[in-house]
Amino acid sequence: MSFSWMAWTWPTAAFFGTIFLLLCGMAVWEYASPGGNPRIGVLRFETTRGDRLFLSLLGSAFIHLAWLGLVGPNLWWALALSVVYAIGVFRYV
Amino acid sequence: MGRTWNNKAWFMVLPVLLLVAFSAIIPLMTVVNYSVQDTFGNNVFFWAGAEWFEEILHSDRFWEAMGRNLVFSAIILVIEIPLGIFIALNMPKKGWGVPVCLVLMALPLLIPWNVVGTIWQVFGRVDIGLLGYTLRALGFDYNYVNDPFDAWITVIVMDVWHWTSLVVLLCYAGLVSIPDAYYQAAKIDGASRWAIFRYIQLPKMNRVLLIAVLLRFMDSFMIYTEPFVVTGGGPGNTTTFLSIDLVKLAIGEFNLGEAAAMSIIYFLIVMLLSWVFYTVMTAYDAER
Repeated sequence: MSFSWMAWTWPTAAFFGTIFLLLCGMAVWEYASPGGNPRIGVLRFETTRGDRLFLSLLGSAFIHLAWLGLVGPNLWWALALSVVYAIGVFRYV
Repeated sequence: MGRTWNNKAWFMVLPVLLLVAFSAIIPLMTVVNYSVQDTFGNNVFFWAGAEWFEEILHSDRFWEAMGRNLVFSAIILVIEIPLGIFIALNMPKKGWGVPVCLVLMALPLLIPWNVVGTIWQVFGRVDIGLLGYTLRALGFDYNYVNDPFDAWITVIVMDVWHWTSLVVLLCYAGLVSIPDAYYQAAKIDGASRWAIFRYIQLPKMNRVLLIAVLLRFMDSFMIYTEPFVVTGGGPGNTTTFLSIDLVKLAIGEFNLGEAAAMSIIYFLIVMLLSWVFYTVMTAYDAER
């Protein structure tokens, strides 16, 4: 079966691979510590680990877009900022 | 006692996962792949990196369409949600009026989008349309073809006509599920009509209202067929919403890379706003 119509590239394959690995990691984490660790953080409503991952990924996408629109095409700094943001979300949200 | 684990349910979910993979995940992956490349057809692609995203983010055309979409969705929610609640509150709860009202309410929902567009396109015409001709005869200078304000009014009224029923039916379902005991208790306490609505009916409708707001927001933010059939995005670009602009870019201009980048930004915005609506409404529900 040919997947050439999907126009795969190495960077996009790595991107989806990372998302897949993140989801696998979350599944393992859930298996090791069931229940999703619900808590009320700085946003003042309950979030689980899955919510925090969703917020991290969605926020990272917007950080990259904002960087691209306001600063320029060098996205490594945006990636670094996104990692810091994700750590913040998992720690405080 | 240890918790019993039964993972058979995962196998039940598998068919849906496969279906979603084929209908949503694989196409989404393809769009992401297209968004970082350029193509002239024949399955030949050239790496473009983040260029298309940069171009979209600096494009006035995109932000203008986005602004129109946000204004449209806000107007739709402000009209359809209160109107839907009002109609549902005034619908009969028993007797022959119930099936009559339900059928009448369901009718607009059964009409396909393109047919709704065609109905309103003809209805609003000043030469042969009942609405356009009547408004002209009454002295209104109505013409949705060349007046942006009239075009907006037509598209909004059409959407209200088409989709308020959905809000009505959802609210009605919430209302009929309220046990009579609540109303009897309110009567004993001498509660006013407003107090009954505020403290009994509205809280009981909260969950269906959440679904109604989410559905109406997502649908209105992604609206395409009806305004495309009625106004074609005009006059000028005044009713060109994001989806119409996206189709013009992808099919009209065959600019697949840029259209894919625009789709992803569009998708992220829909996801963010839906998450905000969902979180705010569920947090409000939990507080009470």
